[in-house]
Amino acid sequence: MSVLAGKELRIVGFLCNWCSYGGADTAGVARATQPTDLRIVRVPCSGRIDPLFILRALLHGADGVLVSGCHPGDCHYAEGNYYARRRLEILKQFLPVLGIDPRRFEYTWISASEGQRWQLAVTKFTQQIHELGAAPAFENAEKLIQIADMALTALRPLGTGQHAALADLKKAIVEKLPELDCVIGWQQSYDAAHSAPLFMRKPEDVEKLVWGPLNVNNLATYLPQYKGKKVGIVVKGCDSRSVTQLLQEGLINRDDVVVFSMPCEGTLDMARINQALGAYQHIDKVAYDEAGVSITADGKEHRFCMVEYAQGKCYSCATPGAVLADVRLGTPTPVTGTPATPPELALLDSMSLSERFAFWHTQMERCIRCYACRNACPMCVCRDYCVAESRDPHWLTQEDTATEKFFFQTIHALHLAGRCTGCGECQRACPVGIPILALRQQIARAVAQTFEGYRPGMNAKATPPLMGFTVEENNIKEKDWNK
Amino acid sequence: MITRYFPADALTKVVASLADERRVLIPVTQPAVKKSVIFAPFSAGMTVELHKASVAPKEAVLPQCETLLTYSKQKDAEDPSKVNLVLDDKPQAQPTIVFGCRPCDARGFAVLDRPYLDGPFIDPYYQARRKQLIVITQTCPSVGTTCFCHWVGSGPNSTTGSDIMLTAIDGGYVLEAVTEKGEALLAGMKLEDGAPFMDKAKTARGTVEAQLAPAPDLTQAQEKIAARFNDNTFWEEQTAQCLSCGACTYMCPTCYCFNITDEGDGVCKAGRRLRTWDTCMSPLFTREASGHNARMSKAQRMKNRISHKFSTYPENWGGEFSCNGCGRCINNCPVNLDIRAIVLAAINEKGA
Repeated sequence: MSVLAGKELRIVGFLCNWCSYGGADTAGVARATQPTDLRIVRVPCSGRIDPLFILRALLHGADGVLVSGCHPGDCHYAEGNYYARRRLEILKQFLPVLGIDPRRFEYTWISASEGQRWQLAVTKFTQQIHELGAAPAFENAEKLIQIADMALTALRPLGTGQHAALADLKKAIVEKLPELDCVIGWQQSYDAAHSAPLFMRKPEDVEKLVWGPLNVNNLATYLPQYKGKKVGIVVKGCDSRSVTQLLQEGLINRDDVVVFSMPCEGTLDMARINQALGAYQHIDKVAYDEAGVSITADGKEHRFCMVEYAQGKCYSCATPGAVLADVRLGTPTPVTGTPATPPELALLDSMSLSERFAFWHTQMERCIRCYACRNACPMCVCRDYCVAESRDPHWLTQEDTATEKFFFQTIHALHLAGRCTGCGECQRACPVGIPILALRQQIARAVAQTFEGYRPGMNAKATPPLMGFTVEENNIKEKDWNK
Repeated sequence: MITRYFPADALTKVVASLADERRVLIPVTQPAVKKSVIFAPFSAGMTVELHKASVAPKEAVLPQCETLLTYSKQKDAEDPSKVNLVLDDKPQAQPTIVFGCRPCDARGFAVLDRPYLDGPFIDPYYQARRKQLIVITQTCPSVGTTCFCHWVGSGPNSTTGSDIMLTAIDGGYVLEAVTEKGEALLAGMKLEDGAPFMDKAKTARGTVEAQLAPAPDLTQAQEKIAARFNDNTFWEEQTAQCLSCGACTYMCPTCYCFNITDEGDGVCKAGRRLRTWDTCMSPLFTREASGHNARMSKAQRMKNRISHKFSTYPENWGGEFSCNGCGRCINNCPVNLDIRAIVLAAINEKGA
């Protein structure tokens, strides 16, 4: 375990200046024997530790990361470690979905006088890392191809919204239009089997508005760029959660947005639809009935039942009606039962850690770094100032390695912790079909488990869990080094 | 020109024989709920299937990321006070065949050649790869809903940018050389003569050609789009849907812009200079060191993309559009933004 034995592993420690760094010093002054694997980075406060420090270390060759700060209640800055505790706990629950052993990361609280406790923590942690051995390198992961099972059961009957009050909706929009800059909805795209966002500015534009299972885009993505202008938006239930989340974060003003809603009966998974349609030149007919849609392309009819071809998120959707709306038409179907684990996340759950590592490596290799995932995300609001392309901070290089691409996905997921409403636009937008939504879903699951079932985008007045703390956390347990 | 024929079941064997001496990039389907097809090197055990790729094969000449140079500082063995700088800027190129791309992909190489090879400066990295590249193009077996190659001077059987054309006929494939490079390769292949099958190949090509819907007249596009330069309202309306991601440009066979970044390995010891794809749809593309950005809004960026493809590139390079009509930017766009509609709107309505 010592340098002399030549068996040192790479362990990075992030220690707060006021307590734990002092604690390590106390241990040193007392000549307490300690393993030498740890490389310490001193930070002003554990609240300064961005979870990305830890992830970057782990993805770039660290075998373990130890974070230590002042005991809760003793923070030099009063509450820095309360925030840190929540962030670090979510990170710890996030690591397994990436394929990283969560035991490679621990956080703990050690005061400046606790030299012995420091000695115990660093010895036990180093021992723990040595038991796990050197961390596998992401770039060396083997190839593993697995595909999620999309045979799912919905919480409510899925349909095509053929009885929706579209005419009434159009009338309501025309009425409101004079006081609005524009109303955002959906229209037919390049053919009748695809839809695209519609920006209604004149009453005649409203005629183009369509409603149905092809309306996949989450239009809330456009709202922040209209801040300061009065706009209308047509929402599905899931989209309304994004609107709520934007309101909660003050990224849009409630008075400036008019929300039009109709109950959503589910949307189609365009990836699978396009696959089934194959190469075609012309759409002859798109016929809807209550159970699904029949698309005739080049004379060949394809049948898509909603129960089979809905987007993964629609099966576990519990908000077919909007969470908030100014104009609400129709009543959503009641939802019963508890949502199942989303398909891609369930697939990852069934894998071992090394399989997950291999899975992600295989997936990320084909990423072209177009950032459609980021730009389609309604909660990615840094827009032109994303760290993905920044040189300062220099989180990422422009190299096309799977590690760099994967690290970006973890940045996106972590920046969405407690904010992601699970709309799935990131994954839908990916032109090469990487199932990145699962990363966000794991964080959402960790947030819900840790913070009493908190779901982002349900209440514009709620405090997001990672923006707050409680002195005693119900579901966060302190690491016991004596075990 | 030399022609060759091989039966359909020999496809993988033919590719394998080519792969003995070179890297052969073939379209490979990536299994996922949302499948994609990406050009990847052929290796033993693969089965060749000629699907249209999701991402154009420009990777063969312009990789997503390439190291332009590496440097390191080394202490002089003779004089320890001296530090020598070791610099390696040799292009890394290897003989490559792109097998089974479509005419819209192949035309991309011709579009890229002009700025990289025919302008005042020759790009040595591009040149090294391009010299060693042979393009074997499959004539299009079908027309897609977002295809518009025949609008922009290409077509399902266009030979621009290709060295050899491959046409699927009943029960087999016909190879036809179109350049000397292609001819040399075909001459060395131990395959049946293709002459007896040429009639069938021509029929197959004609069938697809006949499926094309009439193309609009784009002869005025260059002037009309240029005339729209100051029509901000037009560009703002056309761009409202755009999310400013780079999917359209990275999927595009003709987009050739790049970024250069330096990465240090350790403190002042060694480093690399990287060239990576860049996209004009990103706000960073025009952000200057001062912080000023010449194209602040997505409308200005879209104006640049459309104008470059249909106005300024043709202005610089003999009237050729730098759009091949492959349709990737349409069906891979997260919001299905249709470049055809923008171009038509720009030339049909009255200019500003």
